[in-house]
Amino acid sequence: MAAESGVAAEACVGQVVLPGDLLLLPAHPDEDGERLRLGTGTAPRGRLLCGPGLRRCGAGLLVTKCGLLRHRQAGSGAAAGGVYWVDSQQKRYVPVKGDHVIGIVTAKAGDVFKLDVGGSEQASLSYLAFEGATKRNRPNVQVGDLIYGQFLVANKDMEPEMVCIDSSGRSTGMGIIGQDGFLFKVSLGLIRKLLAPKCEIIEELSQLYPFELVLGMNGRIWVKAKTVQQTLIIVNILEACEYMTAEQRKQALAKLSGN
Amino acid sequence: MKATPLSNCERRFLLRAIEERKRLDGRQCYDYRNVRISFGVDYGCCIVELGKTRVLAQVSCELVPPKANRPTEGILFFNLELSPMAAPGFEPGRQTELLVRVNRLIERCLRNSKCIDTESLCVVAGEKVWQIRLDLHLLNHDGNIVDAASIAGIVALCHFRRPDVSVQGEEVTVYTPEERDPVPLSIHHMPICVSFAFFQQGTYLLVDPSEREERVMDGVLVIAMNKHQEICTIQSSGGIMLVKDQVLRCSKITAVKVAEMTELIQKALENDQKARKEGGKFGFAESIPNQKITAFKMESAAVDTNNVEEQAEEIITKADPPAEVFTNPILHTPGTAQIGEGIENSWGELEESEREEVVEEEDESEAAGFEDQKMETEETITVEKTKNETIVVSDSEEEEVVILEPQEPPKRTRTQTSSKQEKTSKKTFNKRRRKKRAT
Repeated sequence: MAAESGVAAEACVGQVVLPGDLLLLPAHPDEDGERLRLGTGTAPRGRLLCGPGLRRCGAGLLVTKCGLLRHRQAGSGAAAGGVYWVDSQQKRYVPVKGDHVIGIVTAKAGDVFKLDVGGSEQASLSYLAFEGATKRNRPNVQVGDLIYGQFLVANKDMEPEMVCIDSSGRSTGMGIIGQDGFLFKVSLGLIRKLLAPKCEIIEELSQLYPFELVLGMNGRIWVKAKTVQQTLIIVNILEACEYMTAEQRKQALAKLSGN
Repeated sequence: MKATPLSNCERRFLLRAIEERKRLDGRQCYDYRNVRISFGVDYGCCIVELGKTRVLAQVSCELVPPKANRPTEGILFFNLELSPMAAPGFEPGRQTELLVRVNRLIERCLRNSKCIDTESLCVVAGEKVWQIRLDLHLLNHDGNIVDAASIAGIVALCHFRRPDVSVQGEEVTVYTPEERDPVPLSIHHMPICVSFAFFQQGTYLLVDPSEREERVMDGVLVIAMNKHQEICTIQSSGGIMLVKDQVLRCSKITAVKVAEMTELIQKALENDQKARKEGGKFGFAESIPNQKITAFKMESAAVDTNNVEEQAEEIITKADPPAEVFTNPILHTPGTAQIGEGIENSWGELEESEREEVVEEEDESEAAGFEDQKMETEETITVEKTKNETIVVSDSEEEEVVILEPQEPPKRTRTQTSSKQEKTSKKTFNKRRRKKRAT
């Protein structure tokens, strides 16, 4: 394949990149650590993390998804030198290890539940992977229930495997989601935005009514408020947040709280 | 692909909401979703959006010999396809029950109602007639395919223009669109389907069900009617038992809805006609709006970078340069050293993978490029395992710290590797200890 000359990665941050673009990383700093240059052209020290949508290739990073290129200068620690990733718009989820997702139980096969997580394969969940579950004390899970768990194994060669406990055996909020409430689907980008720390949308909504919210990285959201009407309002606002600007959202919420 | 299953909580919520007369998108029980009709550049091509359900319709025509038993009538051909992009459960080439049902409904609605005058499609009796073909493609499935498809079908047929034909004796001349303007089809009336979904054994009824509502409904009643209040087709599926007055009520609602819909269609056709005549822009590129995704917009936060450079320079000049060698290890006793403060004791995870070992080593040391040192320590691990002299267990709070007597005096020139040796020897010893405990 004819390799085009790449563009410097720093120059493309915040712009649209397309699959096949080659991004050149700044040259490695001198191994001699005594001389450190600081300024706008600082070369990152240490390991550079290559996030979703990018792949390492020879001289730099190869873009594999179309979207906006983002960069974050991490503080210190192992990933000094920052992270590069591509923000792409996607609705179809691909299981990734460690992601917390909401799954729907489709079958009970002996010791294992089969869950639909929106990926190409159904995930499996052992009945022992719940907090406090033993062979005698099985969790009460029916077909059609919602489960919030994280992926233990998720690669393209095997069916994904989920668990509802973390490595120390605690559930940390995972497990079977309650009976009431409503489940709906949004795009993955909106989920990431809602999961960002101090998300404005969630803060503004919490001023409106009290509600319970579970966000799954596979695009599924579960909401429960006191009445059906309130739940429906929250569902509609969250779905509309994708295309609304901040001012429109504030207006809509002001109208609702005024009622 | 398999269709996404419906969870119990969604089903319960939807039924509860319907009992309270609430719908997911805030509509009333008898409300339709927004209908948008947009036309393509060609005659006979249109997209109808009923809420998020989108259907594309295309009409085309061809001169063919007529059917033997109907030599003076044109031929109509209807075809609906459920594209796999409409819903994950749709697969190409698989005849599902839904596909068959919708196709039959559209055919009955448009063919049996005789809304198109087939006699006018005849060119030469017994030899040449027009075959009109209507292709419908479902682009997005958000419920109520039948209604959207029937609207798209009738709109496309009304919009279509066939080439003009003249017959002189035995000679038939088909004019191209440049020679003579194409001629519209002769349509008597516009039948439109209206769907009613029933819940809780016929207690509750909703017009224009969305996809979620369709999943929990008991059955559906479809009535096709035109604006003259003539019922063209009526079908009930799902096995619900309907009472007579329910059906009459539905037909009255249908009459109202069809009147509104016909008006909308007429307006859309007129607008398109006007746009084409005035030479304005027409086609899908103009009429389908762009939607902006604002999910990735973050308000820019101001960062105070006034004296960042000075601060940084200051810090750098004051700080020591990072040493090539490791910082001096703290000697506990001869033979045991500690490099750095270290992170929380996580030696319990050692047995799981060597990777953890490497991570720990990286965390505890500060210089970069320690891969080669790791290689050396891995070789020494095997060496250390064999040698285990007297053990003195210390009373420190870190219960895992074990102080070993030195095996042999390490070469002082390579301080870094030797410290690592001792550290790994500590770890390897603990590995063995753990194993002993486990057995």
